Amino acid sequence: MWVYEKKLEYPVRVSGPNPKLAKTVITQYGGPDGELAASLRYLTQRYTMPTSQAKGVLTDIGTEELAHMEIVAALVYNLVKGATLGEIKAAGMEGYYADHDRALYFVNGDGVPWIASYIQSKGDPIADLHENMAAEEKARATYEHLINLSDDPLVTDVLRFLREREVVHFQRFGETLNIVHDFLNCRKVW
Amino acid sequence: MRPPVNREELLLRIQALEFTGIDLGLYLNTHPNDTRALADYNQISAALAQTRAAYEQAFGPLMNFGQSQSRCRWAWVDEPWPWEV
Repeated sequence: MWVYEKKLEYPVRVSGPNPKLAKTVITQYGGPDGELAASLRYLTQRYTMPTSQAKGVLTDIGTEELAHMEIVAALVYNLVKGATLGEIKAAGMEGYYADHDRALYFVNGDGVPWIASYIQSKGDPIADLHENMAAEEKARATYEHLINLSDDPLVTDVLRFLREREVVHFQRFGETLNIVHDFLNCRKVW
Repeated sequence: MRPPVNREELLLRIQALEFTGIDLGLYLNTHPNDTRALADYNQISAALAQTRAAYEQAFGPLMNFGQSQSRCRWAWVDEPWPWEV
């Protein structure tokens, strides 16, 4: 069960319409290392985790990623809101506009739609936790690329917050990996 | 802390308290025996409940599905939604 909170995890402000920036930021909505992939990856892996702690970690980080998906959506929505068709064309976003107008859709920066093969759920907790640690580092790198591309200091501020959360999640997954390693080693009978 | 002057300020205080709860909660998942972190968590949880109650009284429920009361009228469907900045 989930309950929606009528608030963002972190406040979102943008300086004005900027479809060129929206076109890149949207990759963290529906791209390979984006927040949809992150939340679905963790929430679907949690069922076969061997320890209660690991189930808790995946449930909570998967839930926080849903909040990050909402933050990225708020960024994209507000960067496209009020943009003229001329600005949308100049940003190379007219293909997106043809299919979606100014609506949110799960695509990467080049308009490639989200696919489930971005994520993995192996049933092997060691493999899954390593995948999650790699996913956090890939998301961190993506946020750094987006910060390099951003020309709006208000958007950069939000991207910095999201980048930091990837670092924290990586740390927590690393600790979880150690906990699961210890658990699996204890159970071994030679 | 001085009293809140407007909706935005009160919301920011809730966001700050809840973020502390998110981060401490994730930390406690892998450090459940850290009594100092647990005391901090319980302290901000109480402060968050208090601040949420003040916000909801003035500006309507933050959650649906029976999680918060809507005093005089059903204010859940009132604007603004979180992405309407």
